[in-house]
Amino acid sequence: MAGGRLGQTPWQTVGPFFHYALPAPGGADLVGQADIGARADLTPAGHFLLTPLSRETPVGDVIEVEGRIVDGAGAPLPDALVEIWQADGEGAFGDLFGRCATADDGGYAFRTVLPGRVAGPGNALQAAHIDVGVLGRGLLRRLVTRIYFEGEPGLDEDPVLALVPDERRDTLVARRTAPGRYRFDIVLQGAGETVFFDC
Amino acid sequence: MTFTEEYRREDEAAHPPHFSEAYASTALRSPRQPLVRLPHTLTEASGPAQGGGRLLGPAMADLTRQHRGEPVGQRIVVAGRVLDEDGRPVPDTLIEIWQANAAGRYIHARDQWNAPIDPNFTGMGRVVTDEAGRYGFTSVRPGAYPWGNHHNAWRPAHIHLSLLGPAFATRLVTQMYFDGDPLIALDPIAQAVPAGARDRLVARFDLSLTEPSHALGYAFDIVLRGRAATPMEP
Repeated sequence: MAGGRLGQTPWQTVGPFFHYALPAPGGADLVGQADIGARADLTPAGHFLLTPLSRETPVGDVIEVEGRIVDGAGAPLPDALVEIWQADGEGAFGDLFGRCATADDGGYAFRTVLPGRVAGPGNALQAAHIDVGVLGRGLLRRLVTRIYFEGEPGLDEDPVLALVPDERRDTLVARRTAPGRYRFDIVLQGAGETVFFDC
Repeated sequence: MTFTEEYRREDEAAHPPHFSEAYASTALRSPRQPLVRLPHTLTEASGPAQGGGRLLGPAMADLTRQHRGEPVGQRIVVAGRVLDEDGRPVPDTLIEIWQANAAGRYIHARDQWNAPIDPNFTGMGRVVTDEAGRYGFTSVRPGAYPWGNHHNAWRPAHIHLSLLGPAFATRLVTQMYFDGDPLIALDPIAQAVPAGARDRLVARFDLSLTEPSHALGYAFDIVLRGRAATPMEP
């Protein structure tokens, strides 16, 4: 008890062996039935008990977001878990929670919808964004970041981006590589380090 | 008009730092730039309905009955409550569980230690808290296992627990250890937690949870971040 309150249970790393417990097939497809997101290949036959997820189709324009996670030496993380949470295309929150285990090359990919804009501090409208949590071996706690989208309205007035030093803001903006397709790499440390938040 | 419920911040006296020299894997995986304080907007203050329980699949509360036979090992029941910092129960929250088998081996292709796999034990489960925040599951006590962090490094026996809680901001992944395990004091992952909060990770033997002629009982409560002072509408 501190100040009459119960003490928070401490964070611990997910470690390297979460693949048979957390990322279910379909966890990275928030708009359909593709079984992306899991790594069933890391679990022996008969022991992968996670069941494929099914969802209702959300409102919004379908997009794909992909990227790679690298460490301070530029090496990919083959054992990370990316979690996302976002509003639907109309800015309403429902069940748009996704998970993707990284591939051996550190890559991840989600299929989802472009989120609508939601209100922020002081009623300023935020630009479209997705909240991201990164978990993995060597990460004693979750790392939280945000994905914004190149070319979407409101980036210049976004109240959260405004809190980020100018020269680092770009690390939070996914690059548009094709219509409906975005790239968002995550650099845990060093040159081009992604902005992480105290959430 | 917005009415956003804010959550208390993670207590730095409770959680490990991102970089901890004794845990080698943190060296290249921890940010060097200062974190930016994120105000809790609706995005951070909301989360999937029912703590993800409905979204992420059916309950699996008995890890000893997932295969044709019973796993080898000391059968245990782990039970407790999920509360917030104000002592309020956190109902309908999903807890995802994973662990090594009784020999200390994970059912995972990247676990190459030569301890035996148990064909009758996967070591994953999933439960949802009831209206009073209570949860419970049955398993076998996991074994300790060696890892490559430093010479003769052994992880203490532990069970991984993952909780979404009511909002993106309340996410917690932790590890539960067992009272009296001498490896806890030698473990860089457990020891990365500030001393005053470390014993919150330790489950206690509890005779009242122990099931006669079946399983030893361990009590483990989990405390998630509470709500900040009642927010005012602007």
